[in-house]
Amino acid sequence: MSALNTKLLRELWTLKAQIASIALVVAAGIMSIVTMRGSYESMVDAQQQFYRNARFADAWVNLVRAPESLRSSLESVVGVDAVDTRVTFIATLDLDDSGIAAHGRFISLPEMGRPLLNDIVMRQGRYINPGALDEVIISEKFAKAREFEPGDSIRAIINGRARVFEVVGTAISPEHTYAVPPGAIYPEDERYGVFWASREVLGPAFNMDGAFNEAFVSLGPGANIDAVIKDIDNLLEPYGGLGAYARSDQISHLILQSELDQNRITGAVIPVIFLGVAVFLLYLVLGRLIATQRGEIAVLKAFGYSDWEVGGHFLMFAVVAVLLGGMVGMIGGALLGDAYIGMYSTYFSIPNLTYQLSFPLMGFAFAACALGAFTGAVAAVRHSVLLPPAEAMRPEAPANFRPGFLEKLGLGKLMNATGRMILRNMERKPVQGMFSSLGIALAVAILTIGFFMFDSVYYMMDLQFRQIQREDLNLTFREILSEDVRYELANLDGVSRVETYRLVPARLRFGHREDEVAIQGMEQNGEMRRIVNAAGKEIPVPASGVVISAMLANRLGVTSGDQLFAEMLNGKRRRALVPVNGIIEDFLGLSVFMSKEALWQLSDEPGVISGALLAVDENDRETVQRSLKEMPAVTGVASPTTMLKSFEEQLAASILTAAGFLLGFASIIAVGVVYNAARIALSERGRELASLRVMGFHRREVAWLLLGEQGVVTLFAIPIGWLIGYLLSYSITTGMQTDIYRIPFITEPRTYFTSALLVLIAAIASGWLVRRRLDRLDLIEVLKTRE
Amino acid sequence: MNLSTATQAETATILTTQRLCKNYPMGELTVHALKNVDFELREGQLTVLLGASGSGKSTLLNIIGGLDKASSGSVIYRGGDLGKLNDRELTDYRRHHVGFVFQFYNLISSLTARENVALVTDIANDPMKPEDALALVGLADRMNHFPSQLSGGEQQRVAIARAIAKRPSILLCDEPTGALDVETGKLVLTVLNQVNCQTQTTTAIITHNAGIGALGDVVVRMSSGQIAERIENATRANVEDIEW
Repeated sequence: MSALNTKLLRELWTLKAQIASIALVVAAGIMSIVTMRGSYESMVDAQQQFYRNARFADAWVNLVRAPESLRSSLESVVGVDAVDTRVTFIATLDLDDSGIAAHGRFISLPEMGRPLLNDIVMRQGRYINPGALDEVIISEKFAKAREFEPGDSIRAIINGRARVFEVVGTAISPEHTYAVPPGAIYPEDERYGVFWASREVLGPAFNMDGAFNEAFVSLGPGANIDAVIKDIDNLLEPYGGLGAYARSDQISHLILQSELDQNRITGAVIPVIFLGVAVFLLYLVLGRLIATQRGEIAVLKAFGYSDWEVGGHFLMFAVVAVLLGGMVGMIGGALLGDAYIGMYSTYFSIPNLTYQLSFPLMGFAFAACALGAFTGAVAAVRHSVLLPPAEAMRPEAPANFRPGFLEKLGLGKLMNATGRMILRNMERKPVQGMFSSLGIALAVAILTIGFFMFDSVYYMMDLQFRQIQREDLNLTFREILSEDVRYELANLDGVSRVETYRLVPARLRFGHREDEVAIQGMEQNGEMRRIVNAAGKEIPVPASGVVISAMLANRLGVTSGDQLFAEMLNGKRRRALVPVNGIIEDFLGLSVFMSKEALWQLSDEPGVISGALLAVDENDRETVQRSLKEMPAVTGVASPTTMLKSFEEQLAASILTAAGFLLGFASIIAVGVVYNAARIALSERGRELASLRVMGFHRREVAWLLLGEQGVVTLFAIPIGWLIGYLLSYSITTGMQTDIYRIPFITEPRTYFTSALLVLIAAIASGWLVRRRLDRLDLIEVLKTRE
Repeated sequence: MNLSTATQAETATILTTQRLCKNYPMGELTVHALKNVDFELREGQLTVLLGASGSGKSTLLNIIGGLDKASSGSVIYRGGDLGKLNDRELTDYRRHHVGFVFQFYNLISSLTARENVALVTDIANDPMKPEDALALVGLADRMNHFPSQLSGGEQQRVAIARAIAKRPSILLCDEPTGALDVETGKLVLTVLNQVNCQTQTTTAIITHNAGIGALGDVVVRMSSGQIAERIENATRANVEDIEW
């Protein structure tokens, strides 16, 4: 091995801790790209493949009842490529083991062959046999939650009559990657499942022989989705069409897509931060490492080594750090990506959802990190290598100090000599200090962004479940019932209060703009369901007219006081003008609220309700659930408190996991910056510090002098980090905002406090590591040598 | 041990070493830097330690100054044994009792002359004013200059001011003129001589320059880790008269 390489190896070993800390930052950068972008790409791939294989439809429409012969009319709509129809209903399940009401969405499968669109993907068992009347395929998540296996039987109340089905298989479908029961916004696999059975069974059972109540279409190339929806609505209006909607409004797709969008954005922001820090660290560390080797560079050049050889020698430090970091980052990124995808598959049922190693992506991540790192390294090496040997062999001129700006302000008088040394060192190299601060600030920012995301999710959940939905149980009915049901419900043992509501699907039009929404008719002065805006303020339910979301108002171009043209999409399908009485800033932006009585009047269907809200004593909950199970009209029993509880448990678990990773990443940055800066300062100023020790300064006093500067840099970094975190969180909020929903921009004081505290701890730990070196300073040796 | 207690009987000698040895293991060999050295510093006197490079004079100075520990033997300072002190107590010994002047000044580049002196007076028990210490070495008018604005001789004089400002019991100077030209070197020696006379600070100067020996009350010549010769000068020469 050449002598130069021997020198390299020895010095790499001496600097192993510094090289390792840079390698870790590079690793974190590569890991964040490989994990986040890789998971995103894997999820999008799996989603697209799933959609393709299952022939996922482009638009859906639900209706009351239409003859199968109408199918050919749907096929002839311009832009439509394929049409499929089916029968679908919600039925109560009779699961003997518990008192909790469980429901199944029954979906028909063609008597012969597979569905043309919206096919299912078998996970276990087999597809139903033609002509077999008691066979059913159930959704995988429900099967798992309830421990059903092929061969088991299951009882359901179909149209008032108990029927026993044999489970022949489990399956998943792109329509139910995220399966939410009616009235809920969160999956409850224990009490809601999807059941696929032959149309030969479901048609007659639900009085839909030779008819359908749901249709969906795929579009041909270049088709205009809005035009298709309009044509379908016109065609199905006489059959009780509830308004067609596009794939982008399909609930399971909508939730999956917004999750993917979120991943796409964070997958772009976080890696950029890491790359920035890696570039800066390499510049800082390498630059100062080379500065301490001035003399050696000169000697090498005096012996006839070329600029390239000397430069290359020092660049090897960066090469080693980048290669090490690259390896750790790619392996770690793939493992982390796998774990991340694993977490997703517990929420979303998507086949082949595995982390796909993408070599182009890894190549890109590595190239981006390497490029960044070498930019820093080359900038650092260039300066020293280009010095003429004779000049480089002379020691650097004594540092030129003068009282700086802050001292001229009179700050110096307040300080002792140690304070002045710290202050002047920082004033002499303000750029270095600023970069250090910026690096640490980014660590603070990463934590701030991470905690912000949880703050906002938590805020939304709290708003939804503690302010808006305050009922214990939310009942949805299979069809509209008379308002009188409330007395029957109020008489159930354990029910202390009943409120009822009416939901009417409607098309709202203002000028040429229109939107399909569900109008919620609520009780005025209701206690369990209220209109609450984004700031948590309650808006009273108006006696007449509607209160609508600001985002919907924006889409329609209406302001308070305007008259909307409303077209009811069920029942008597009445059309009428309704005044906008208020606009509310909320997060889910398609809400339309009005009083139940006003909605009765608007739809010309007085005294009917779609569901009810119950307040139930905690101890009587099971009794109430048992009674509700006996009511076939009740097709959904959602429990917001249970949802919130299970959501909060899951959220707490994911906060811990994510906080762990964020903390790891932020620590890598903070330690990387503080440890390296302090180590370099120690090598630059070891002689000065040793002199002080000789003069009788204690270790603690000398440590303060060395680490005080890093302390100031860190303290300075914290507010900058908060600001960066705040701005990035804000841009993430706006980046994820669509015109139908937004996430709240909420940052709790706790978030700022925690992120600062965690970074401080990491900085203190780095300082402690350097202090141990300081304690081993060789006083005699240092004094002997000329600087 | 209480370092500040001085008894009447000991005023004559402030520090003595007895059978002092220092061995450095160097791989398979052991270097005997000091071999049974008996040495003393007397109150108020200026002692010059002469010797070639490697004769052990710096090792002796480091041990006397509390920077290093002996392998065997003892260093008694005002009745107490330095060998029994831990790191913290040795730091206190240096802090309150010893002043150091180095060959390469070792000033803090980010502090002015006055602040470099203040660095020491801030932590001493009964220091001079930094301004007075600097006046003593003839730098009253250069107090607010940074090291980079001072010549070598001026920097060394600041270092001397910094060493004496705490009113140390012992002033230890390791080749104080080693990095200076003759004229500047003489100026620095004049200052050291003057400080010794005016403040009665016990002073030890290490040098390989035999001519400087004439300045001291006592000249100790070291060779191969042992004291080869000890001469008491009847009179101390003037700096101008010494041969360089």
